[in-house]
Amino acid sequence: MESYTIHDYDVLVIGAGGAGLRAAIAAIEQGAKVGVVTKSLLGKAHTVMAEGGMAAAMGNVRPEDNWKVHFRDTLKGGGMLNNWKMVENYTKEAPDRVRELEQWGAVFDRTPDGRINQRNFGGHSYPRLAHVGDRTGLELIRTLQDHAVKMGIHAHMETTIYRLLTDAGRVVGALGFNRQTGDFLVFRAKAVVLATGGLGRIYQVTSNSWECTGDGFSLASMVGADLIDMEFIQFHPTGMVWPPSVMGILVTEGVRGEGGVLKNSEGRRFMFDNVPERYKGEFAETEEEAERWLQGDRNARRPPELLTRDVVARAIRKEVNEGRGSPHGGVFLDIASRRPADYIKKKLPSMYHQFMKLGNLDITKEPMEVGPTCHYVMGGVRVDPDTQATNVPGLYAAGEVAGGLHGANRLGGNSLSDLVVFGRRAGLAAAEYAAKQTGSYQVDEAQVRAYIAEALQPFNNPQGENPFALMKELRATMQKNAGIMREESELKAQLEILANLKKRAWNTSVSGSRAYNPGWHTALDMRLMVEISEAVVLAALARKESRGGHARLDYPDPDPTFAKINHIIRRKSDGTLTVVAEPLPEMPEELRKIAEAKDLKELSDKVGA
Amino acid sequence: MSTVTFRIFRGDRNGGELKDYTIEVQEGMVVLDAIHQIQAEQAPDLACRWNCKAGKCGSCGAEVNGKPTLMCMTRLDTIDTSKPVTVRPMKTFPVIRDLATDVKWNYEANKKIKPFTPAPNTDWIMFQEDVDRVQEFRKCIECFLCQNVCHVLREHDEKTGFIGPRLLVRTASLEMHPLDVENRLDMLKNEGGIGYCNITKCCTEVCPEHIHITDNAIIPLKERVVDEYYDPILGFFRRLFGSKKQAQTPSSGQAADD
Ligand SMILES: Cc1cc2nc3c(=O)[nH]c(=O)nc-3n(C[C@H](O)[C@H](O)[C@H](O)COP(=O)(O)OP(=O)(O)OC[C@H]3O[C@@H](n4cnc5c(N)ncnc54)[C@H](O)[C@@H]3O)c2cc1C
Ligand code: SF4
Ligand code: SF4
Ligand code: FES
Repeated sequence: MESYTIHDYDVLVIGAGGAGLRAAIAAIEQGAKVGVVTKSLLGKAHTVMAEGGMAAAMGNVRPEDNWKVHFRDTLKGGGMLNNWKMVENYTKEAPDRVRELEQWGAVFDRTPDGRINQRNFGGHSYPRLAHVGDRTGLELIRTLQDHAVKMGIHAHMETTIYRLLTDAGRVVGALGFNRQTGDFLVFRAKAVVLATGGLGRIYQVTSNSWECTGDGFSLASMVGADLIDMEFIQFHPTGMVWPPSVMGILVTEGVRGEGGVLKNSEGRRFMFDNVPERYKGEFAETEEEAERWLQGDRNARRPPELLTRDVVARAIRKEVNEGRGSPHGGVFLDIASRRPADYIKKKLPSMYHQFMKLGNLDITKEPMEVGPTCHYVMGGVRVDPDTQATNVPGLYAAGEVAGGLHGANRLGGNSLSDLVVFGRRAGLAAAEYAAKQTGSYQVDEAQVRAYIAEALQPFNNPQGENPFALMKELRATMQKNAGIMREESELKAQLEILANLKKRAWNTSVSGSRAYNPGWHTALDMRLMVEISEAVVLAALARKESRGGHARLDYPDPDPTFAKINHIIRRKSDGTLTVVAEPLPEMPEELRKIAEAKDLKELSDKVGA
Repeated sequence: MSTVTFRIFRGDRNGGELKDYTIEVQEGMVVLDAIHQIQAEQAPDLACRWNCKAGKCGSCGAEVNGKPTLMCMTRLDTIDTSKPVTVRPMKTFPVIRDLATDVKWNYEANKKIKPFTPAPNTDWIMFQEDVDRVQEFRKCIECFLCQNVCHVLREHDEKTGFIGPRLLVRTASLEMHPLDVENRLDMLKNEGGIGYCNITKCCTEVCPEHIHITDNAIIPLKERVVDEYYDPILGFFRRLFGSKKQAQTPSSGQAADD
């Protein structure tokens, strides 16, 4: 019989990105024995790729900025579908979490008077993103990694969790395997924090790293946790489009934050023509005004290139569809004619390198070609806004895998600070819960054995399919039928395709040994990917309107009946998924006033400072 | 489109051999794309590490035609593809399988470095010109290519007495942080083994982040070690006036006193 090793922890954290590492630190500080599991090596999680910065209303560059303005911007960007309590917690705490990183050794870019510098980003009223050139994610993950090592974390690197384990409705651990050896591990834990990141790799064109296969959503859903708003997928407006092998790699919004402009093949700055009603009056109306803003004139309004991502992505798609795209099916992003070469190299060094190395293009001399790429998922595991607890006892979620903070569309920079604010809250709450679990809890050995047999099945299935081909099919069909523009007939067709892929995902064949076998890894990832794809498609079918990251060709406008509805994706007792429309929690009067404030000055504590 | 043959190491700790795989390549492809294509079509169990495919995570280091490099940043049109392209794992670390090596040692050696220790009561004011040099070191993506080429580790396998260029860079990022007050000179001289480095600059040559490992990190650290241990007068003054940084950067010295 297949053997496995057992590890006991108070808190098991699945994921070593920003959210997982911050949760681990918080739980260790509470005195819990903490284990961290990650599919990659430590420090390599997807968070390492984040570029532009982390949003926090510190007011270092514009003293008028404060949590209220950040609160309003975040709700406005999210189409008011955000969980207001989460947004309140988040905007109030983010500055402290950024300062804490500095105290743990992070070295942010500085203002002239020596404080943490902040840059502009889409949807943020003021320069708000603490940043380190365009490698902010690296700084964040390395700082947390170093601090966690100092605190003495137990890390299980290159280990994949295949299933959560339950006992009497509670989560009591997880089953995984070491990728290097293929050996199985059972983690017994009093509480589990999911910090597994996003799902971008269910799409063909994505900025996401290989780990973003949506495992956490599926693992949670399979033990009965609710998911929320899975239809809201963010397509970042600017991914590389050429050459084909780099398609989807991100071009940071920092390029536009530093003054980069978008142009179509006729040389027109088309974003002036694409300001939606709800943002009218807040953006520059002429190139001349936008230019003054760039020169630092505080009376000028921001250029429309800094509208929210959903707006910019759709405007780009429109230019391309109407025949005004660039040679390779994108549009032009030009910083070369806007800033001196030295400035670009200093502020956007990795973009400079990325285009030079991969695209053979000097961005200080020529415009880039860019187009939308799948980037982020706003929806996720449904959590309590204070503790990050799911509806399954013992299970917590934080970071991109958790839903609720971003509503229908996330503002750039609002993820990295989300990771540290809610990673910390999840770690604290999980450790507190674990400390209260005094009774005995059991890991069901039969359950473990069954999962192990299931996981090894592709090795004993010579007639099965090639998992890589299957994964390719999934990604191509999701891209086509459930991508940036959606339509009922295609979504329904995709449900059928998924039903078929789901069966086939259980009939793959892999060869070779169990040690570091990518074919096997892909076969198992695929099983979780089809589950989460189904949740996305079901939620997208249910929302018959266009809002935020969700665009329906057959319902092109926002519909007031959906304006106050979250979609809960729930697993029924027969194992199938269902979508339940649920009214948003009512916002207290004082927060509503902030969210709906017409004039930013009303919200500024320190006007004129 | 053209046809290219890749000669890839297949094997594990106990040895292995080079195997040929021929594929059709397209414009703009990098070596990692080729490996993925081979995985998907011919060798599903071909092991390699990668995360970002954008030169940001440092996972995909290997030796392409003998040159240590990130596979995701090596375009096929920058190498000679008229002959078979050889792809081998990094030599300094034990092979797990195929192109994936066991780099655990780096994580262990890292623990010898005392963590960031800020000055008490600092107000966290730092100026860009003071953090510029630290930021250079913090660009490191831990690809370990510098560790792979350093002859102290590669030829002499000196992994107990030497921490290698990557970890010297990390030490420099802490030692030169304007607000850090820890002293790591003793570690550098002893367990760190900075004396092993004879400044051949091989590490600097391969660094994909273009960190001036030797000139900006190692040589200044060597000078500090020399000042501390071999120049009694300087060493005396340093002990008299406390931490190394307070003597060097007045701005942070003031901050620490507030
Ligand atoms: C190119 C790019 C640039 C970005 N730039 C910014 C930016 O400038 N600002 C911003 O705010 N946001 C940015 N984002 C978004 C942000 O980076 C992510 O949302 C965030 O890093 C997610 O962090 P996380 O901790 O939730 O998960 P991740 O960093 O994705 O980590 C997930 C972890 O879970 C592990 N894991 C997953 N499944 C399993 C499993 N089954 N078993 C074991 N372990 C598992 C993984 O191995 C990994 O360790 C960017 C994203 C991209 C792609
Ligand atoms: S310069 Fe020093 S650290 Fe770098 S490769 Fe040479 S000996 Fe090794
Ligand atoms: S210093 Fe350069 S070569 Fe060495 S690990 Fe860091 S990035 Fe890689
Ligand atoms: S895959 Fe990340 S550096 Fe190559």
